[in-house]
Amino acid sequence: MSTSTVEAARPGLEAVLKELCLTALAGLALTVPLVAYETIDAAGGLQLASRWGSTIFIVVMLVLGRFGIILLRTPGRESWVAIGGGIAAAIGVLDLFRDGMTHLLGIISWPAITPTYTLSFLTGVGGAILAIRAIVQVSRRNSSTTKADRDARAEAIGDQVRKLVKVFAAIAVVFALTLPFLPFSNRYVIDVATLIVTYVMLGWGLNIIVGYAGLLDLGFVAFYAVGAYSYALAAQHLGISFWLALPFAGLLAASFGLILGFPVLRLRGDYFAIVTLGFGEIVRIVLINWYDVTNGPDGISGIPRPDFFGLASMTRNGSDGLPPFHEYFGLEYSSEHRIIFLYYLIVAMAALVALFTVRIRKLPIGRAWEALREDDIACASLGINRTTIKLAAFGISAAWGGFAGAFFATRQGFISPESFTFIESAIILAIVVMGGMGSLVGIAIAALLLIGLPEVFRDLAEYRMVAFGAGLVMIMIWRPRGLLSHREPSVLLANRPPPGPGRPSTRPVAAAGEAAE
Amino acid sequence: MAYLLQQMINGLTLGSIYGLIAIGYTMVYGIIGMINFAHGEIYMIAAFVAVIAFTALSNAPLVVAILLVLLFTMLITAAYGWTIERVAYRPLRGSFRLAPLISAIGMSIFLQNYVQLVQGARNKPVPPMVQGGFTIMDDGGFTVQLSYLQIMIVVTTVVLMVCFTQFINTTSLGRQQRACEQDKTMAALLGVNVDRTVSMTFVMGAALAAVAGVMVTLYYGVVDFYLGFLAGLKAFTAAVLGGIGSLPGAMLGGLLIGLIEAVWAGYFSSEWKDVAAFSILVLVLIFRPQGLLGRPEVEKV
Repeated sequence: MSTSTVEAARPGLEAVLKELCLTALAGLALTVPLVAYETIDAAGGLQLASRWGSTIFIVVMLVLGRFGIILLRTPGRESWVAIGGGIAAAIGVLDLFRDGMTHLLGIISWPAITPTYTLSFLTGVGGAILAIRAIVQVSRRNSSTTKADRDARAEAIGDQVRKLVKVFAAIAVVFALTLPFLPFSNRYVIDVATLIVTYVMLGWGLNIIVGYAGLLDLGFVAFYAVGAYSYALAAQHLGISFWLALPFAGLLAASFGLILGFPVLRLRGDYFAIVTLGFGEIVRIVLINWYDVTNGPDGISGIPRPDFFGLASMTRNGSDGLPPFHEYFGLEYSSEHRIIFLYYLIVAMAALVALFTVRIRKLPIGRAWEALREDDIACASLGINRTTIKLAAFGISAAWGGFAGAFFATRQGFISPESFTFIESAIILAIVVMGGMGSLVGIAIAALLLIGLPEVFRDLAEYRMVAFGAGLVMIMIWRPRGLLSHREPSVLLANRPPPGPGRPSTRPVAAAGEAAE
Repeated sequence: MAYLLQQMINGLTLGSIYGLIAIGYTMVYGIIGMINFAHGEIYMIAAFVAVIAFTALSNAPLVVAILLVLLFTMLITAAYGWTIERVAYRPLRGSFRLAPLISAIGMSIFLQNYVQLVQGARNKPVPPMVQGGFTIMDDGGFTVQLSYLQIMIVVTTVVLMVCFTQFINTTSLGRQQRACEQDKTMAALLGVNVDRTVSMTFVMGAALAAVAGVMVTLYYGVVDFYLGFLAGLKAFTAAVLGGIGSLPGAMLGGLLIGLIEAVWAGYFSSEWKDVAAFSILVLVLIFRPQGLLGRPEVEKV
């Protein structure tokens, strides 16, 4: 926001005023109709309720924030920004907990400055960001290191982190395996963990096409839906068990991916993304309208749960001629057995995807994908058949989506087109993007954050998607390579640093990208 | 015959709205080569602003109200267009290829849920304001209606298109835009303020989408915050069909998509009309990626 304008030491008063007025105008235009007036259903049609307090507060805060950013550009004024930002952050936090404050201090009402809780939160966060930026800037100026030094140091830390990733992954695997037996674990924890691991698996599946082959697939949820519906329909109409249906769900999704992939693979970049989005929507519309087969918007319910590898049934009294699980193993009956079993099932499936991904990355096709991602024209010039490897990526990605879909169907016991909207695709894509497009550990962490946090903060559900959208934009601006970036090619010429932003580079584009940070 | 004529009239009205939105896609793509995925949301925001403004002006005379609402909505969405470009796209110039598209998707999700948060999740109804029309044909039981509102939508669109084409072809800003479209570096060397030109492109696209948003509020009489997603996709389809980067192409594409959708809904089934639009998108991209009026794109190293 702040960089593309003049970098002069001290902008004149006139320029500052002009910028502030512009911010105020833009802020007014953005908030006046939508925030200042809410439409309310009344007897004779709509009526307006005004919220001018919030509106004026937002505009004032925007102008103050903008002023802070301008001050950050003038050396020697950072301390002002740090203090101002700190005050704003403190006000925000205190107002956010205004109920607790009144209780604590024994006063009747807290003199809140921010009109609503949402604005308290935003004030707090905005102030904190400004203050931190100011402090970082001061400490950078006071230390004698140059930008190159800092980059080198950041790289070194990054390398350390990447070395630690293996240790971290091992701990994560052990944690995932022992989770159901840990003292704090209960039904809810395992349920959330199952959900998170499902998204980890989906993320890893999508990663093959987005992270490795570099093709933006906005319709991944279509394959998820194909997997889910193929198991649900097979179980309902043909009575096929989960274990028999699972490979077919994957195969069906894969062949679906190949059929869809074939026509669109000639397209590049943005067009490819939009067409996959179109396909995702077509699949959803078909699911809604093909009433005879899919039961339309009502969905399919009563999808059978998986049995224990054909040995025992996961129900209380046994079914399909199989004894119940607890009798088979001579255990006390517990309803948690089934949940734990489902949890281990998805962990095993995710582990399979991870193993497969790690291995295929080293195969010729994995390297061909990387070549395609880095430069598709150069890739074609090297004699790689782009269509074949794109199709392979599409098909494999789709297969993993299909497996996850079959698991989703059997876990929920009920599926409907509602579960397969574009937002679902966007969430999976956000997991991959935030994780760093190609880093398995990064994707797992991103899934933990994006799926786990909203589960923890259920009360704030209505803010979830707003924060999600804003987060996607901010990641692209601040860390376009994701939280844990891992884009170095796995094969390199000796002694040649890999390209890409964040590393010293002479390319003007990369330099501009660095300046923006 | 009469039925077909009625569907054509409905399709032309719908197509005008798509065309107005499609211009925003086509201009932005032409000038910075990105799909502004959040453009559909601008149209949705325009519809919401229009609902609020119409409610506030419910006592004003109809013509004054419509004109005021049009102006006001254009102003507001122009600010949205400007801010979106400034916040979500400008910092990403020179980032990797797909970054702006991902950022735009984030922006679109943000705007959709922001509107839901500040305006509530319920549909917003508006009472019908422009009523009546002509009966063109009476064909044994089926009457073909051409409402004043439909005339208004098509006429407004045509007038705007003519003005807009004139603007791009004759004014200094229009020349700068065409220069930036061809070669941004060269334009900058010749003294064109590229950042400002790109900003103005977003502002103009948003203002045209605002007109579409006001018209659709009047036409359908109900607004919800999912409105932008489908309309945006269809308008993008229109832009691609007409040849992305081409202004007459966007209009032609919009009209064609509107006609196809109306005829499809009239003769086959209205549930499957969205599939028709998406299938057109896929088919055009596969068989004629440059669209009807566009120039073929050369693959550069």
